[in-house]
Amino acid sequence: MSHKNLTFHRRAVLAGAGALIASPAIVRAQEKKLKIGVLLPRSGFFAQAGQSCHRGALASVKVLADLGYNVELMHIDTESNADVARTQAEKAINEGAHCLVGAFESGHTLAIAQVCEQRQTPLVINVAAAPNITQQGYQYLVRNFPTGGMLVTNGLKLVTELTRSAGVDIKTAAFLHANDTFGTSMRTAVDAIFPKLDMPFKLVESIAYDPKAQDLSVEVTKLRSINPDLLMIVTRAGDAIKLTRDMVRQKFEPKAIISPGSPGLYDEEFFKAVGPYANYFIYNLPWANPKSAMTQALEASFKQTSPDNRFALDCFNAGFTFEALLVAADAFKRAGADDGPTLMKAIKASSIKDHVMTGGPIAFNDKGDNLNITSASVENIALTPTVVYPAEAATAKPVLPMPSWQGRK
Amino acid sequence: MSLPLFVEVLIQGMLTGLVYGLMALGLSVIFGVVRVVNFAHGEFAVLAMYAAFVLFGLFHLDPIIASIPIAAAFFVIGYLLQRAVVQPFVTRPQHEQFILLVGLSIVIVNALLLIFGPESRHVDLPYSFDSFSIGSILIDEVRVYGALAALAVTAVLFAFFRFTSTGVAIRAAADNLVGAAVVGLDVKRLYAISFGVGLACVGAAGAIMMALTDMTPMLAPSLTLLAFTIVIVGGLGSMVGALAGGLLIGVAEAAASALASPSMKSMVSFGLLIVVLALRPQGLFGKAEA
Amino acid sequence: MSASPASPGARQTVALALFGLALVAAPFVVDRYILSIILLCLIGAYLGQAWNILMGFCGLLSLGHALYLGLGAYGAAALYVKFGIGPWLGVFVAMALAVAASFVIGWLGFRFRIEGVYFSLLTIAFAESARIGFDNWAWLGGAAGFFLPVRAEDFGQYWNLRGGPFFFYYLALALAAGGLFVSARLRASKLGHAWLAIREDAQAARALGVNVTRARFMALFVSAAMTAVGGVYLAFWGNNIFPGQIFDMAHSIDIMLGPIVGGVGTLFGPIVGSFLLVPLGEALIEALRALGLNAPGAKALVYGFLLMGIIAAAPSGVWPWLARRLRLQDREQ
Repeated sequence: MSHKNLTFHRRAVLAGAGALIASPAIVRAQEKKLKIGVLLPRSGFFAQAGQSCHRGALASVKVLADLGYNVELMHIDTESNADVARTQAEKAINEGAHCLVGAFESGHTLAIAQVCEQRQTPLVINVAAAPNITQQGYQYLVRNFPTGGMLVTNGLKLVTELTRSAGVDIKTAAFLHANDTFGTSMRTAVDAIFPKLDMPFKLVESIAYDPKAQDLSVEVTKLRSINPDLLMIVTRAGDAIKLTRDMVRQKFEPKAIISPGSPGLYDEEFFKAVGPYANYFIYNLPWANPKSAMTQALEASFKQTSPDNRFALDCFNAGFTFEALLVAADAFKRAGADDGPTLMKAIKASSIKDHVMTGGPIAFNDKGDNLNITSASVENIALTPTVVYPAEAATAKPVLPMPSWQGRK
Repeated sequence: MSLPLFVEVLIQGMLTGLVYGLMALGLSVIFGVVRVVNFAHGEFAVLAMYAAFVLFGLFHLDPIIASIPIAAAFFVIGYLLQRAVVQPFVTRPQHEQFILLVGLSIVIVNALLLIFGPESRHVDLPYSFDSFSIGSILIDEVRVYGALAALAVTAVLFAFFRFTSTGVAIRAAADNLVGAAVVGLDVKRLYAISFGVGLACVGAAGAIMMALTDMTPMLAPSLTLLAFTIVIVGGLGSMVGALAGGLLIGVAEAAASALASPSMKSMVSFGLLIVVLALRPQGLFGKAEA
Repeated sequence: MSASPASPGARQTVALALFGLALVAAPFVVDRYILSIILLCLIGAYLGQAWNILMGFCGLLSLGHALYLGLGAYGAAALYVKFGIGPWLGVFVAMALAVAASFVIGWLGFRFRIEGVYFSLLTIAFAESARIGFDNWAWLGGAAGFFLPVRAEDFGQYWNLRGGPFFFYYLALALAAGGLFVSARLRASKLGHAWLAIREDAQAARALGVNVTRARFMALFVSAAMTAVGGVYLAFWGNNIFPGQIFDMAHSIDIMLGPIVGGVGTLFGPIVGSFLLVPLGEALIEALRALGLNAPGAKALVYGFLLMGIIAAAPSGVWPWLARRLRLQDREQ
């Protein structure tokens, strides 16, 4: 696959970067290398997202080296299976991993968290939204990813601000979500948070669909009968395609389709499958801040390690995977030691000002959550995810209300 | 939901149900004759979808038309598979057949994953996004063509079993295996042909489905399950039953999604299955004896 | 057969004792990675025993054992989290839930003649219905999952199944040993003989005066209850339950692969099968990594071919073949 030359590549890069950047003090700190086990579901049910994260890990190597961090990555496939995630976590620690990063899916992440807790090895979560992960009481994990509640709170606020600033009048909304782990967490959060936010529109109905459904035509028919101004969706990639196709066929055209925070709308397969119909979907998510220098560095490296993929589409998964690695590398550098307890203490004390994703400095509360992550409104414009709000991160103006499906081809 | 919209939902469910019925028909034919449950059925459907995807990529062949060559190719695959792999298992216990076919399903899914990757695949037809409108009712064009194609394939199949000597012989073998052997029918050959016909059905259905939706390898098990549900409701081994079961499940799931939560719709299928088993264990169109 | 120093029965006892000793000593000898694999083997062996009682002894093919696993897991975990009732009591509730579910399946399945395939597919339908039902059951977290608290102050409450890896290792060992014991006792009992008679020929058994339906229900109940206990273990070991994982059809298939590969209907088949398949999966990961073949899916592909190969080459399982080879038994068992 795409990183067969990785070992060679990494060594060359490290040598180069070391020579370029290292001041004597850093060289001393770098005599030891931090070994990070990166556990991702690169095959099985979550393979598509797992591989997206994996590309982020590949691109991170050069950026971290350029920043003067001395890390070595061990790439491990969890096969979308919690048991494999668990045994592979044990194995990675046996083979000398000082710290683990992963694991995209909440169940797998918790299986790894248990191993890490027992073996006093830090786990930095790249992606996993289930709120309970940081509430079960694990000491050896931090999560640089928003909980479902944070995503929804930020996402809903952005919906209001964005539609107001664009002058679109929204009175009614419907919420459609996949009935999987992530979708259900989001639904719970919407049900809890929506009434508290004093939103300017009414949530008329919430519809849960089977994530294994072959089509979503009935769901769209239901939406047509409600006919909301705004459609809020939480999907996965394959579902977004089915949904779009059925919306076009049934000529269902709300004023805006905005996701309060979900994957599925920025995958290459989505753009390839529905073409111009993929345009003008909006999703409110933490996003790689295009105006950050580190994002630009990551993008440049990404182009070399995964020339066949677009950074704009991978930057969510890739960005969070990079930041998880950054957290570990930075803590190692500050602590100057690689034993679990010391490293964990340093990770918990993180305060990283310059990073990739939108939001304030990377820092963790006592539970291990980073509450500084904020979301941006990203809209598909000309088949490219484009930040349109807030202004400080935006590179284009939002297109709202959504243009008709007709005449797009 | 207003009445026209509800009618629309039912029609859409019916059209999709016909395609699923064709897929389930394959399972039913194989079981009815060979007495082997094809636990890799959904995987073969997905394999056919990828075949349609590749043919579309190479020759820009509409998947609904591609269902003809794919069905033919799947017939050959099924024939050879039965002869070379499944035949020794015909007289073996059910759980051994199960492992064999589960192994095969794992091989198919992961071979597809290796070759095509985990992304979902689709074909871009000129009418993919079009629909017929009758008053306020909208019906997807692809679904109409898909259902017509499924009906056509089924009609050919019924003709084969009724009017060709091989078809009649297969039915005889299904009804009375010993009798068929006594009168000199080559049972092994008939088994191979039946397995081939069964796979031809699922091949055609898979190709048609490629026009309707898009597919990843990981969705295969749920198709297998869907086919099981349909044939049990319709009656294992009954051809009419498979088609009727497909229609019934399609309509029931659509109606349940419209009236209750769409995420519960598979529950309705399973509920239907349990009701049918409780009231009429052999299925709606199955014969009473084993 | 050549003269051996001891009878096959005695050799078998010695082999079992040695194997048991090795497992008891393992935590002090092997590293944690190996231990985590042995633990998976033990859980697989236990669940395989449970499944084997139904299929191997009584001839009923269940393809949906994940149902009992999930009911057990949710039953005990819900009692613990929602009502503060510990698993030492919850495990009985878990078993009762599983037995009740198995009763419904049995009632639907055993009433008519066409038993084989219908029963099997019915078990799948129930497991899938349970998955969707729990996916939508908000009180237990729905698809977002159900979580058990991991509090440092609870550590050491072994009666509440709060312990470290060694505790869970020995618990798995105890389960596997217990499963073997129960299987052996049942097999030698009158009920066990009735099961074997039914497995060979239900009609003949009925003619001999065996109450076939009753015996089948008993097999179903025992198997379901044992599986539910395994579910309780999984819930308190992993501290989280997701309907999409615990009720997954792949889970049901995993449960049955071990005993089928090891030898359906034999006492030691489930153990041999589990201790063969789990390490095989790990070995494949290693082998592919050593080859530098970074192709997700390749492992499963090889695994699928191996399954087909094993079942074609050794249809009655590995254990009967192995036992003859090692002269651990002198007849088909």
